Amino acid sequence: MALDRNQIAQRISQEVEDGFVVNLGIGIPTLVANFIPKDKFVMLQSENGLLGMGPFPSEAGIDADLINAGKQTITTAAGASFFSSADSFAMIRGGHVNLSVLGAMQVDQKGSIANWMIPGKMVKGMGGAMDLVAGARRVIVAMTHTDKKGNPKLLSECNLPLTGINCVNRIVTNMAVMEVTTKGFELIELAPGVTEAEVIEATGAQVIISSKLKEISFS
Amino acid sequence: MLSKVYNNAEEAIRGIQNGSTLVLGGFGLCGIPENSISALQKSGVNNLTCVSNNAGVDDFGLGLLLQTKQIKKMLSSYVGENDLFEKQYLSGELEVELVPQGTLAERMRAGGAGIPAFYTPTGVGTLVAKDKETKEFDGKTYVLEKAIIGDYAFVKAWKGDKFGNLVFRKTARNFNPVCAMAGKITIAEVEELVEIGEIDPDHVHTPGVFVQRIFQGSNYEKRIEQKTVSQ
Repeated sequence: MALDRNQIAQRISQEVEDGFVVNLGIGIPTLVANFIPKDKFVMLQSENGLLGMGPFPSEAGIDADLINAGKQTITTAAGASFFSSADSFAMIRGGHVNLSVLGAMQVDQKGSIANWMIPGKMVKGMGGAMDLVAGARRVIVAMTHTDKKGNPKLLSECNLPLTGINCVNRIVTNMAVMEVTTKGFELIELAPGVTEAEVIEATGAQVIISSKLKEISFS
Repeated sequence: MLSKVYNNAEEAIRGIQNGSTLVLGGFGLCGIPENSISALQKSGVNNLTCVSNNAGVDDFGLGLLLQTKQIKKMLSSYVGENDLFEKQYLSGELEVELVPQGTLAERMRAGGAGIPAFYTPTGVGTLVAKDKETKEFDGKTYVLEKAIIGDYAFVKAWKGDKFGNLVFRKTARNFNPVCAMAGKITIAEVEELVEIGEIDPDHVHTPGVFVQRIFQGSNYEKRIEQKTVSQ
């Protein structure tokens, strides 16, 4: 069985270490917060100017002046701080954020990522993604292995406009965990019930099978 | 004594010429200069270049100035919440420069800080770096980005005093402090205008030197884009 959105998020939560400052993008990455164990002290950074993001508020706790980068109403965690956008990106660009988790339309074997534009069709903008991939110490992509039409999203070379070059460390998909190495994509973990052959078939680049290949585990 | 205080947005925006460059604070609809945007719409000033992280939604924020086609060009990092923007851009009606969010913030800060340009790692190897100078420092490539200075800057704060000292509230701070720095004339609107001396100097986020005009706004809608509550 391939992983669902929550399971992708749960697997990524295993990458979060005690003491980390983490920025979670919109979509599946946001769900990662739900799976970070309580015994780890983690500060979630929201690039609109908050370090220490808490859960969604109660109906009575809604405050229009307190939102996250997805424009959702939120709360603050103990130890939180507010700051300007310039300070926020000083944190990000300056390498003070341990981990950035974000979605993507394409990732290639050199670790380049495309997630902000389809020429002539969709123009939403890159938001803070270009700064995050350029500045965060570690970058993990959460996405489906293929697009809605079944086309591979892991490619030998991205053909959409790039968000950043040589910056992605690891990709967690519904089928597998792939590490970006100097030699290309390395398959390091398989979703339960998914085969090596299926991953190779669904990947638009050469796949190196890790000698330590194992099944994704949630325990 | 020269007063920075104006009665309302209509008075504060007086004198803005067609073709001006405006820098506006806010993230999404949070911390946007609501009163000033309404007044700009009413004034009919047009051919504007607007620098703002987002472009509002179709019927609020900068979306209001898109509706009336007062904006010629926009510099933003993310415009996904505004269908009208996408339509005007794809049809070629609206000129757009998409700028990475951190680069946008730093370009404003640099503009106000007397720094004409700076090198950043953001966007190297992408469309953003096209036709821009790059340089290597310690083996890593950086791209040269230019500062932004607006003819006018518009900011929204929670509290301000008559000298222009500003205090922001929670994440409504966002781009407002750098925006205040980037304006030749910065117009601040506040929810509460107090006398000089009433704000503890330790609590000032933006020193009044960056603000030329200030007024107490009214009827803040503070619209929420994504109302989310815990289960």
